Amino acid sequence: MRKGAGDIELAGLCKSYDGKTNVVDGVNLRIPDGAYCCFLGPSGCGKTTILRMIAGHEEPSAGEIVIGGEDVAGMAPVERRTAMMFQSYALFPHLTVRDNIAFALRVRGQSKAERYKAVDLMMEKVRLTELADRLPANLSGGQQQRVALARAAITEPRVLLLDEPLSALDEQLRVQMRQELRRMQRELGITFIHVTHTQLEAIALADLVVVMEKGRIKQSGPARDVYAYPRDRYVAEFLGGQNVLSGRVEKIGEGHVVLSQPNRSGIQVGLGSDTRVSVGDRIDLAVRRDDVELMRVDVGGLGDGMTALPSRVVAIEYQGSFVKVMLDTVPDEDFVAYVPERTFFRDPFNVGDVLLATWSAGRARVLA
Amino acid sequence: MTVVLGETDMPMIRSRRVSAVVRGDRRPWTFYALATVFTLYVAALYGPMICIYILSFQDIRGGLVFPMKGHSLHWFVDLFTQVRTGDVKGSFDRSIKLAVLVTVITLVVSLMAGLAFRRRFFGDTFVFYLMIGSLVAPGLVLGLGIGLLFQWVGINASWYTSALGAQLSWTLPFGVLVMFAVMSRFNSVWEEAARDLGASRWQTIRLVVIPVIAPGLVAVALFGFTLSYDEFARTLQTAGSLNTLPLEIWSMTLNVTSPSLYALGTVTTIVSFVIIGACIGAIVIINKRRGARATSD
Repeated sequence: MRKGAGDIELAGLCKSYDGKTNVVDGVNLRIPDGAYCCFLGPSGCGKTTILRMIAGHEEPSAGEIVIGGEDVAGMAPVERRTAMMFQSYALFPHLTVRDNIAFALRVRGQSKAERYKAVDLMMEKVRLTELADRLPANLSGGQQQRVALARAAITEPRVLLLDEPLSALDEQLRVQMRQELRRMQRELGITFIHVTHTQLEAIALADLVVVMEKGRIKQSGPARDVYAYPRDRYVAEFLGGQNVLSGRVEKIGEGHVVLSQPNRSGIQVGLGSDTRVSVGDRIDLAVRRDDVELMRVDVGGLGDGMTALPSRVVAIEYQGSFVKVMLDTVPDEDFVAYVPERTFFRDPFNVGDVLLATWSAGRARVLA
Repeated sequence: MTVVLGETDMPMIRSRRVSAVVRGDRRPWTFYALATVFTLYVAALYGPMICIYILSFQDIRGGLVFPMKGHSLHWFVDLFTQVRTGDVKGSFDRSIKLAVLVTVITLVVSLMAGLAFRRRFFGDTFVFYLMIGSLVAPGLVLGLGIGLLFQWVGINASWYTSALGAQLSWTLPFGVLVMFAVMSRFNSVWEEAARDLGASRWQTIRLVVIPVIAPGLVAVALFGFTLSYDEFARTLQTAGSLNTLPLEIWSMTLNVTSPSLYALGTVTTIVSFVIIGACIGAIVIINKRRGARATSD
């Protein structure tokens, strides 16, 4: 297997279909060789268009795509040494599993014996040997995905592009195939670029998560950075797991600020010392849902540097390992605490209870 | 033509009935009412033709009307030996050759049109209506016009020039319409996948597009062949001095008064059914082979 040179650089990448609005709007990104990169965003954010431009199925309106140090503008997919795994796989319905995988070798003019030898090796690798003579219509979703993967991998690409590869599968299989993708990526040792709108999928798989909105990159970085330290409100809300509070800074105190909102003021929120805000700023704050601790109002003894907001329980959802408690802490916005299951059932709350949502000041982060 | 259409509809009707039985549904009274209507319809459709087939098997004393006088293959022999019955063999020959020619051209042009019309292009609606227009145009008038045009330009009308053109004005719109239906079920992501795997445009068409839509292509070919084989109106003024089979049969009805006319009807029907059977058989085999390979292990 030819390796290396699978690093990708996107510079000022733009795509417009009508000459007016950019579907992809000035994307700059470096993806190191052999990385598992996930483009994450809602539908219509331009992530699939980027993928198709890297694949060579779509030409950029502006900007450059450099793969392995080589500008690939105008090159066919095979010349780029990219391969694409299409959403819902696009397996050829009239060809058996073996012939589907052998297709790329067939169009290169390899003899039947030659290409079947290579295909048999590949089928062994992805555990498809027993299904070699089946047609795609008689395969399960997971099997189809393995065929699609094998069909793409046999071209020995340096970059594999996956367009929503798990969306056609049911929940249970999705988790299973997720691991399979990761395993294949390690085995092949090539760059994977995976487009998805599912946050869990992205952070579970990726070395590099790229969050997109309206054709632009909102934040990119390792999964943990993006999840735990979202840069702005959009990223925080899209990745979930965060409560976002917004308001105008009313007063700045020692280690805390006082926020006001249109119909409520005096929300005192603790802040780490290194954050810079000034009075009158409109700011967004993020607090992780699992950093929020719930206390009964009458307990007292709040520690130093703790923020406590009185709240009413709106709804409770049991999630297995934790309990999701929804609160009316901030008007018109969701505020959720993830309480560990055992902690919750030691002293369960009921809907309507009034309590304090607390967190230590250092946990709150100001968003851009 | 009605015969052919009815025949191709049959497999669908059969499969629906089977699935109703499998589900164990009790049939409502409407089923029996509609079944009666359908039976009457079929009887009215096939009855007259069957009369002709039966009467063609009379012996030498046979006449043009019932009752049947004896039974033999006399009139079939007569058909191919007697000179007075006209040039049956020659016209049959021409009709088959013409039908094959029409089929090939219809198939190729319909496929290309089917591929082209998947995308919008300048004037696409206009081209489409232009094509449908020739379906609506009265065949006799259209044939007359083509005949006149050939005469004016100074080309001799013959079955392989003017009649070919006249028949294509009939088969092409049909072929293209069927092709549209076929292509609507073709997912262009397969083409993109082929391109991604390094196939050239031609390889994509040869290895992906044509095999995937093969059953549809057989259907288009069947349309082309049967429409041409029994085309009359457009061919009448454009065939020139040598007749095609339908024209020959028509001229025979004017001067032949023996059951050999019926024998000819029986023979041409058999040819039609053999061809239709072969095409449907081909579609079934294509689908079966896919299905069999798919379930063999």
